[in-house]
Amino acid sequence: MPVPILADVFAQTLNGLSYGVLLFLLSVGLTLIFGMLDVVNLAHGSFYMLGAYAGLALIAATGNFWLALIAAPIVVGGLGMLVERTCLRPLYRRPPLDQILLTFGFIYLFEDVVKWIWGGRIRSIPSPALFSGSVTLFGATIPSYRVFVIVFGLTVAAALWALIERTRLGSIIRAGVFDAEMTAGLGINVHRVFTGVFGFGAALAALSGVIAGPIQSAYPAMGTEILVRTLIVVVVGGLGSLKGSLAGSLIIGQAETFGKAWLPDTAMLIIYVVMALVVLLRPQGLFGRPLK
Amino acid sequence: MRALTRRQFLAGTSLAATSVAVGGWARPGHAQGGPVKIGLVLPYTGVYAVLGESITQAMELVFARENWTVAGRKIEMIKEDDEMKPPVGIRKTEKLIDSDKVDILTGPVHSGILMGMRDKVHSSKTILIVSNAGADAISRDRCSKWIFRASFSNWQPNAPMGPWVAKNVAKEVFIAAPNYQAGKDQLGAFKETFVPAGGKIIGEDYPKLGETDYAPYLTKIRQSGAKAVYAFFSGTDAVNFVKQYDQFGLKQHVRLTGAGFLVEPDVLPAQGNAALGVVSGHFYTPLLDNAVNQRFVKEFKEKFGGKMPDGFACQGYDTAETIVRALKAVNGNTQDKDKLVAVIEKTEFESPRGHFRFDPKTHNVIQPFIYVREVKEVAGGLNNVVIDKIASVADPGTGCTLPA
Repeated sequence: MPVPILADVFAQTLNGLSYGVLLFLLSVGLTLIFGMLDVVNLAHGSFYMLGAYAGLALIAATGNFWLALIAAPIVVGGLGMLVERTCLRPLYRRPPLDQILLTFGFIYLFEDVVKWIWGGRIRSIPSPALFSGSVTLFGATIPSYRVFVIVFGLTVAAALWALIERTRLGSIIRAGVFDAEMTAGLGINVHRVFTGVFGFGAALAALSGVIAGPIQSAYPAMGTEILVRTLIVVVVGGLGSLKGSLAGSLIIGQAETFGKAWLPDTAMLIIYVVMALVVLLRPQGLFGRPLK
Repeated sequence: MRALTRRQFLAGTSLAATSVAVGGWARPGHAQGGPVKIGLVLPYTGVYAVLGESITQAMELVFARENWTVAGRKIEMIKEDDEMKPPVGIRKTEKLIDSDKVDILTGPVHSGILMGMRDKVHSSKTILIVSNAGADAISRDRCSKWIFRASFSNWQPNAPMGPWVAKNVAKEVFIAAPNYQAGKDQLGAFKETFVPAGGKIIGEDYPKLGETDYAPYLTKIRQSGAKAVYAFFSGTDAVNFVKQYDQFGLKQHVRLTGAGFLVEPDVLPAQGNAALGVVSGHFYTPLLDNAVNQRFVKEFKEKFGGKMPDGFACQGYDTAETIVRALKAVNGNTQDKDKLVAVIEKTEFESPRGHFRFDPKTHNVIQPFIYVREVKEVAGGLNNVVIDKIASVADPGTGCTLPA
């Protein structure tokens, strides 16, 4: 017997988990923006890409990965708030197509700005020195950085859950997702919350971008490539739901990883099959509100 | 979602119709003595964007040397982004042939786009000088009198590596490449010569083009017990594959080898030390010590901010150099297509890769050498150092009967 099958399954599960966690950081922002602002933010992938490049610049300037991990999301989050306040807000009363076109336009704008500053070549982001090797757990060898990604991602998920379910700000966000107009009627400045949520979503995408950097490097098209996957996660998990986003990410992460390993010719098909099944059997997504 | 109103729909479609009509009407006449129009169908976005950039830059370098004028005619480059999507590439090809009426077409990078544009090029008798895409079929049963290739066939850098790897690296090998025609062609050529040399393929995988997470495949490679990996990846794929290969701690146990694209200078800086020790076969390395190459490397770096030219740049150089020499030989007359084809067929010159000439049997370049290179630390950073070479590699050209 060459290698115990269990070790193989365990190794692939860890691979799927590290990939799923990245998808979670990305999709949770998208789903909150979707749920609250009713905007399909196609530029969400661009914030992911901008996060990776901001991280790259900060690491080049300071030599410190951890500083970049904190600062890059703040910078990109600020940019997100600016975009929402100046460009998106005037379009809320217009048809959704206008908002989609606007965010679609931002994809090209951000991609060109990045090419202008950094050029089109792929740039590498080094793993932090602490996690540069690989570790063997129960017969499965995995880069130690990926172990860090898993732990970090699950910690962020727990912190987000606490924020949204256990704080006043969280209940305002939940109320906004449920019914923005009614929330405004209760005397809450919904516009300010909108700006905040949009910026927060952009910051999470940027965080995901920095985290992904040492694995996938930074290149201008990385945002558009990941966008479709993120939209699938949101559809599977359910609009505006934190739990859904986590479940969707982990399911898609595992489905894709095991698909690639065991059924390589149909790996891409599998995630679409998962999505199709969810849409057929539970159109609102796993944790979404029933459709009206 | 609110539907479009009838008025919005009419406004949009009439605007589109007008621009199409004006585009047709404003097309300038095509006169001898006007500029020579060179069409470029290349990716300027996506996974292979850097390849398109290198090819274009080297072409610009050659044309700039001629002050953008050859045999009294100005050179005009018309660049089209094929976005690495066959439908887009074919549409752009049709645009360059039918509405721009280019004199010579160049590109593409994607083998699938080359196969898609082949019939249009052939039936419209447009001269195409392929500046990258290596689809073997274009030198075999799908060859055309009108198509030349100044880059490589996918077979060329790989076939000489089969016996070399079996003899010098390992006999149990896992192979991997992106899941599209070039990937299958390149690994096919390796298998074709590796297995008869006593090699055994332990496993093979074809991740999608533009994959970002190779973890599932790397885990499989580790568990397969292979002694070495032979891989073809290029552009961003090459960076992510080589880096993740190292992160998984595979490099120490399983030697990484492959087609030269895996560790070209376009990706080496991003791969960094993860690429150290990778052995690959290719027709070029910027370290070649011939005079033409030394001048090319120096001028290229000066013009493009210190960027090291790669094999793709060498292909762009040879494409443009072929065009310049052919135009001079026909004294700028691009009307007589048969004459131009005959002249291109005989074009020979010293290229950065060595003595450049086309195989009259297939119109594909005969590689002066396939170099076996190892990534080492040299003055100025990581580079591909030649450790062995195989002379005069021509595609077998099975099934090609020119003139076709």
